[in-house]
Amino acid sequence: MKFGLLVSEGPYTHQASDSAYQFVVAALAKGHTIQRVFFYHDGVNNATRLTEPPQDDRHVVNRWSALAAEHKVDLVVCVAAALRRGIKEEVLAPGFRISGLGQLVDSGIKADRLVTFGD
Amino acid sequence: MSEQQAAPAGGPKVKKFMFVNRKAPYGTIYALESLEVVLITATFDQDVSLVFIDDGVYELVKGQQTKGIGIKNFSPSYRALDGYDVEKLYVDQASLAQRGLTEKDLLVPVEVLDAEQMGQLMAQQDVILSF
Amino acid sequence: MLHIVNKSPFQTSTLDTCLRMAQPGNALLLIEDGIYAATMGSATEERIRACCATLKVYALQPDMDARGVTAKLIDGVTLVDYGGFVDLTVEHPTSHSWL
Repeated sequence: MKFGLLVSEGPYTHQASDSAYQFVVAALAKGHTIQRVFFYHDGVNNATRLTEPPQDDRHVVNRWSALAAEHKVDLVVCVAAALRRGIKEEVLAPGFRISGLGQLVDSGIKADRLVTFGD
Repeated sequence: MSEQQAAPAGGPKVKKFMFVNRKAPYGTIYALESLEVVLITATFDQDVSLVFIDDGVYELVKGQQTKGIGIKNFSPSYRALDGYDVEKLYVDQASLAQRGLTEKDLLVPVEVLDAEQMGQLMAQQDVILSF
Repeated sequence: MLHIVNKSPFQTSTLDTCLRMAQPGNALLLIEDGIYAATMGSATEERIRACCATLKVYALQPDMDARGVTAKLIDGVTLVDYGGFVDLTVEHPTSHSWL
């Protein structure tokens, strides 16, 4: 199956990004494909390369970037939500791209399943 | 825009999208940002329903005056929805009653559903987005 | 329909509202803080037992393990891992994450 995901909260403050990540890893392990992961609301904060979490805990942003690199997962950040929160091209972590809300709707239309992770 | 979204074989796909609103306006941004998704989805010619449940019913209350809190009043956008062919707005009866509200308190025409009807409406959807 | 609830039933009314609207034959998956609803001895135990008659109820084991409450799982609720979560979304064409 082709999965689309919506992540609506930022890293660390809510478990949403972690749950979404674990879901993606499990889906890929089962041979499914991820059509897109779309980040909205505070979820856009998953895309900044400026985070410096403590060394003994997971690096949420880098984990997403690694998924993009290893499995070509399309990580899309909503431009309007991003601009509101100061997430711009110059701070984007590898593997993320900024685009419009149309990409979320596109996922709803084209993916077989759309799963939301938020608060 | 619809042409770009056409499926490769046999015309554009129309799915039933439901947007679930359960949060009050202004205390958090979800009500505003969910409306932005609704408007975009409408331009994709999808079958859009909006439901307001729990504190989401507060989003539709008339007479929002936001000058004092210094936040933009986005409630007029609900009245603009029918201009985008988004006319299916449903409100949970129990949520209204619990909050001492009736349809007369709301700024747009809605259909009031009980829990059973709302559950059945949800069961008909292809995609449900919650904010 | 797969209903996904991630909030503690003691924090918000989300589970209540979900259960008001879930249809017989639907599935309910408790994740993140939502798993507390599936613990014995809690105020939701009766409610969850009752809805097991009409809904298939699941709890995400990694979230229960993380919170140290797996041993308190209400019988009738099925534990799944993330792979099982994925399978549930495959089985049910539409999912509703109650946020």
